[in-house]
Amino acid sequence: MVDKIPILKMGRYLLLSIQVDMHDQLAMDLQEDLTEQIVRHSAKGVLIDISSLEIVDSFIGRMLSHIASVSRILDAKVIVVGMQPAVAITLVELGLELPGIATALNVEKGMLWLETHVNDDLVAEVESDEHRDTPAETGN
Amino acid sequence: MTSTETLPLKQETDIVIIRQRVRKAAEDARLGLVSQTKIVTAASEIARNALIYGGGGECLLERTFRDGRAAVRLIVADKGQGIADMNQAMVDGYTSGNGLGLGLSGARRLVDHFAIQSAQGEGTTVELWKWK
Amino acid sequence: MTVDSLADTFKQNESALLEQWIEAQRKAGIRSDLIDDRTMVDNSRDLLKVFIKALSEGGKDVEHASWAPVKSLLERLSQAQSRQGFTPTETATFVFSLKQPLFTLLAQQPDQLLAASQLVDKLGLYGMERFVASREEVIREQQESMLELSTPVVQLWRGVLAVPLIGSLDSNRTQVVMEALLQKIVETESDIAIIDITGVPTVDTMVAQHLLKTITAAKLMGARCIISGIRPQIAATIVHLGVELGDVITKASLSDAFQLALKELNVRLVSPNAR
Repeated sequence: MVDKIPILKMGRYLLLSIQVDMHDQLAMDLQEDLTEQIVRHSAKGVLIDISSLEIVDSFIGRMLSHIASVSRILDAKVIVVGMQPAVAITLVELGLELPGIATALNVEKGMLWLETHVNDDLVAEVESDEHRDTPAETGN
Repeated sequence: MTSTETLPLKQETDIVIIRQRVRKAAEDARLGLVSQTKIVTAASEIARNALIYGGGGECLLERTFRDGRAAVRLIVADKGQGIADMNQAMVDGYTSGNGLGLGLSGARRLVDHFAIQSAQGEGTTVELWKWK
Repeated sequence: MTVDSLADTFKQNESALLEQWIEAQRKAGIRSDLIDDRTMVDNSRDLLKVFIKALSEGGKDVEHASWAPVKSLLERLSQAQSRQGFTPTETATFVFSLKQPLFTLLAQQPDQLLAASQLVDKLGLYGMERFVASREEVIREQQESMLELSTPVVQLWRGVLAVPLIGSLDSNRTQVVMEALLQKIVETESDIAIIDITGVPTVDTMVAQHLLKTITAAKLMGARCIISGIRPQIAATIVHLGVELGDVITKASLSDAFQLALKELNVRLVSPNAR
């Protein structure tokens, strides 16, 4: 059994790949770990790769929904990528909808989505020579 | 050839084993990938139910035949409290989003034959078949 | 006569039975192009061995667990023979020709003979059943291949797939096509799939539901679907059936759908000639 799911930091985003059978403890640890890292790194987006998952049941579904909800509150967008066709068909039949969770075919497209959907409130711009601001006091 | 194996259901790691064994049986029965995924997912749902709501129990996995085709048959039995209101339990719990639904109706849609027997105080037994 | 003595009789005369059985098969004519003598002899010896063992341990009831090895062997042999091209008769002859030596051996004990004969009948029929099941499986596999071939998924543009559905759809065919579409979406990393139903005369509730399920599955995977080619009658049927299309985009023609797809992907077609 795996001890922990590794979470990778890539710029403003966090990436993680679920490749093993999740059980309660692992899921809880993951949620805690992820939440902590979103805050620590001020991450704006989370990409969850499930391309290795051959089975997604309601337990995993709930876990993904939970991660999405918590991340939203922490102002991070979540996208789930790589769902296998057989899994998608099964989820639809199961009636599990994953509402409010964005999805993409693969990591590349997922990153593209994050790039276009994540807004920065303040953009740090390097000061250039051209637009020297005139100080207010000199009364110019 | 018909063969049966008994799988314990006492802790979470047992669910993983059940999924693996059901997957193997489905593969051996030459079920398509989608059918395999469906029966394994259904097994996972029912087994988890039995563990969490029924206090655990055991599974019987049978490789057999139905309508002249190789089939997988899974019986999940627990000795828990049982289901008081079957109609209520079979109502879709997913779409309402509360996640508390027992997943029975969902699992039923995934398999080719579904049977459930339960009585208050007497535990629950669910039978799943997949052959298409 | 008790079954025990039947098993004993068999055990005591095993080699004679085997020899005569092989002889009977040879007389009936072995398919030397499909099986060699050596293999036939080995198969016969193996079957007789497990047969006698099962008889000693489990009695006459072939449903008893101790007959499992016999059935298993028969299943294996029948399936192999089915795939190799043996005729049903040739496959049946393998088991039923065992009766000849049995008759010779048990001629003086009609009860034992009857019991033995019934056993051979059951096993022979079981072998035939497995043979037929194997043939049916081949047919099913071929049908599936044909289904896949008859409903191709085509790539119209990078990131845009189209599935032109032709003819009436039944539940099975729709499922096959839809699975193929989802698989193709993954393989080609397509963002948009156009399902064109111009060539579909009627749509019933089941087909409509399958279509919707496929579209929902595609959405879960991260791709969008557009339905095109909805003729007036089908539009009316969909409304009449109360099928909720939700936010699924529909276009009258495949061409319109394609243009929309390109627009969504920010693709502009530019003419090289300035005018």
